[in-house]
Amino acid sequence: MKKHILSSILLFIPFIIFAQTNLKGMIMDKNNPENNLGVSGASVHWLDTNVGAVTNEKGWFTIPYKTEYKKLVVSYIGYKTDTITIKNLKPIHHFITPEGDLEEITIKSKKSATFKSFLTTANVFTVNAEELLKAACCNLAESFETNPSIDVSFSDALTGTKQIQMLGLTSPYLLITQENIPSVRGASQAFGLTFTPGTWVESIQITKGAGSVVNGYESISGQINAELVKPGSDAKFFLNAYSSINGRLELNTHFNQKVTDKWQTGLYVHGNYRGEKFDKNGDNFLDAPLSNQINVMNRWQYTDAEKGWVSFINVRYLNDEKQTGEINFNPETDKGTTNAWGSEIDTKRFETSAKLGYVFPELPFQSIGFQLAYSNHQQDSYFGLNGYDITHESVYSNIIFNSIIGDTRNKFKTGISYTYDNYDELVNTNDYSRVENSVGAFFEYAFDNLENFSLTAGLRIDTHNLLGTFVTPRLHLRYVPWEKGVFRASVGRGKRSANIFAENQQLFASSRQINIDNVGGNIYGLNPEIAWNYGVSYLQKFNFLEKKGDITFDFYRTDFSNQVVVDWEDPQAVSFYDLDGKSVANSFQVEVNYELAERFNLRTAYKYFDVSTDFKSGNLQKPIQPKNRFFANLSFDTEAKENGSQWKFDVTFNNIGKQRLPNTASNPTQYQLQAFSDSYQLLNSQITKVFSDKFEMYAGAENLTNVQQKNPILASDNPFGSNFDTTIVYSPIFGRAVYAGLRFKIQ
Amino acid sequence: MKKIIFVFSLFLIGFSTQSQEVKKNKNARVSFEVDGICGMCKKRIETAALKTKGVKFAIWSVETHQLSVIMDERKTDVSKIQKKILEVGHDVVLEKDKKLIATTEAYNSVHPCCKYRDEEIILDHQGELKKVKKN
Repeated sequence: MKKHILSSILLFIPFIIFAQTNLKGMIMDKNNPENNLGVSGASVHWLDTNVGAVTNEKGWFTIPYKTEYKKLVVSYIGYKTDTITIKNLKPIHHFITPEGDLEEITIKSKKSATFKSFLTTANVFTVNAEELLKAACCNLAESFETNPSIDVSFSDALTGTKQIQMLGLTSPYLLITQENIPSVRGASQAFGLTFTPGTWVESIQITKGAGSVVNGYESISGQINAELVKPGSDAKFFLNAYSSINGRLELNTHFNQKVTDKWQTGLYVHGNYRGEKFDKNGDNFLDAPLSNQINVMNRWQYTDAEKGWVSFINVRYLNDEKQTGEINFNPETDKGTTNAWGSEIDTKRFETSAKLGYVFPELPFQSIGFQLAYSNHQQDSYFGLNGYDITHESVYSNIIFNSIIGDTRNKFKTGISYTYDNYDELVNTNDYSRVENSVGAFFEYAFDNLENFSLTAGLRIDTHNLLGTFVTPRLHLRYVPWEKGVFRASVGRGKRSANIFAENQQLFASSRQINIDNVGGNIYGLNPEIAWNYGVSYLQKFNFLEKKGDITFDFYRTDFSNQVVVDWEDPQAVSFYDLDGKSVANSFQVEVNYELAERFNLRTAYKYFDVSTDFKSGNLQKPIQPKNRFFANLSFDTEAKENGSQWKFDVTFNNIGKQRLPNTASNPTQYQLQAFSDSYQLLNSQITKVFSDKFEMYAGAENLTNVQQKNPILASDNPFGSNFDTTIVYSPIFGRAVYAGLRFKIQ
Repeated sequence: MKKIIFVFSLFLIGFSTQSQEVKKNKNARVSFEVDGICGMCKKRIETAALKTKGVKFAIWSVETHQLSVIMDERKTDVSKIQKKILEVGHDVVLEKDKKLIATTEAYNSVHPCCKYRDEEIILDHQGELKKVKKN
């Protein structure tokens, strides 16, 4: 209203315009509209020129004008930059609005689909949605196939769930967060990654080595954060349909809607279904489980740039059912009997979270954020005659304050967090229920000399009812010795309670006896796991034959002070006990990214893992873990036409070295395995045809060369006998799998 | 409750006016023009500004050449910041034809691609800007 009055007053005082070659105007603060005070020191300039001016103490400016100048850019520190179209020389009055950018992680919209940061202190690798599309896939667990930092392994012969590893350690040693809220943990450890559909993921940040103390004390080998699509930035409507020759059907739909200027909402629905029974290897067992998943999420986003507030509210519900086992197993009649061996895993999960952030409008470097999350995870399952039920209720809350010490070269984050986990766990008839809670305070200091050195040092203190009171230190250093080279180092400590059953659920699908060495600890009679992680990495960008490339070397070592050792060395048992001696994971990786030609990129990596543990039977290499891996990915896109149409080609090759297999020497000869598996090669490929910005189709094949493990289930002929074992899986069970799908979106 | 806040803020106002005759702002915003052309200049200008004691936040726009800073007026003033900028070889533009010129020695220390006084190099960068915009 005021604006209108002002402009009408202006109409009555045309005599102000006396200098025909100058444009006059006034810049005001939208935050402060009552008194219409001008903003002094704001700058204006003509777009694409160096002609500019600054407002005086009353907010007025005078800028030279030429008829070819059409657009005036108004900018002021901490405020949004506006571009105004100027048609004549009437004085302008313009209100500027404060910037309200509160995202804790800013997603860089780089052209490349993956991004190795040169500037971050930690060793972070960003994967954006475009890269995720390369593997057409369907959930978070499968989205790392084109990424050499993460290894995707085959967990067991039954559930078909892919497990991920980093630095030679399985996912429980990784902190997996969804928008910085710890998510795949506790009861959801084994299948949690399959509960986030791939199309919901906007980008993934992978941090190798000790993570930030802000997200807790649990991360040991690294952190994976998944940012989900946001109602404000996602397409208005999105549809993805996928179908695979192995009987898998998937459907994803997104609906995003602006409710008011400040509120936006999105509804995301995912369903997947596999109803066909396959037994290609003739062992009378399903090669992949029958499954059925419904996953619904509703997000609300609130943005008030003027006042500096941003908020997200999420509600999500998941229902996941899997059935597996012998082909003729019928749960209605055969459950709990020895008629046929079968298994069902039913999961229901509800989660809700709220985030609130505030940036001090006058101080763009200062902000405060609050997160609150609740989840209820209920898994009811049986594996043959073994029953396993777990309900996990979890609360997570965190307050973070960001500011500076002196100037922006010295930043800090500090805050407090509270967590609550209630486990109601039933293994056959044994009740392992427990409650865990902790309160912690953290402080993280970041220094950057703006030239060649930066440092992040964090410390947190937590009081946990079962782990005690303890300190978690983490340190990251970055140094640029010369142009385009970055040297990084990190060290940190992590501590966690091992959820031995949830993390090793595949053990139930075997005749192995469960042994736990009760040493009087608080968690299953065991002590918490404690490890130190040390790492160094070196990244060098280069130009070779006028094409860009980079090479990275990194070495990480994880040293366990205590570990809950999972001992599979006796084929009749699985034993859990506290580490007595040494357990070390060394990982070395060299990775090269190179642009072979325009739009034709190569990514290749060699990895060496040396993971050994002092078992009761002596120091041994970790079973089912290749020491040597080689990875290569080639991608080629044709040039996009005006309407966006193009072809995209992608091929991934993996060489997986020989793996030590758990000891089966005491089994009858027909159920014995070699000491080592053979090495093998995998090839995946995908072709995408983009028809327009709206529509594209893709087709691909996993495991093109049809590699199959001959005998994934030991004693499949006698599943209720004492040698039955589905846990020793070191290569694909299902052979070549061809798939196709389409994506449709309306912006 | 409102009353308490009101009384409290009155107290604060009273306190600050009493203690400081001339109101010195802890978080004062200042903006002035600094000559330069590219991202490399940006880094050098911002670093120089930040390294001035009392400057908390600095951002320089490649497009507008405006350097905006948040500073503690009790510890520094604009002329000190400008002096630092000149020391790293960048001119400060006060008005249309009034400039604080960096010494030739300081100017020569900037990277060859940052020679903002050179017409050719300016043109070079403008070409680059256009390219970026096209994409």
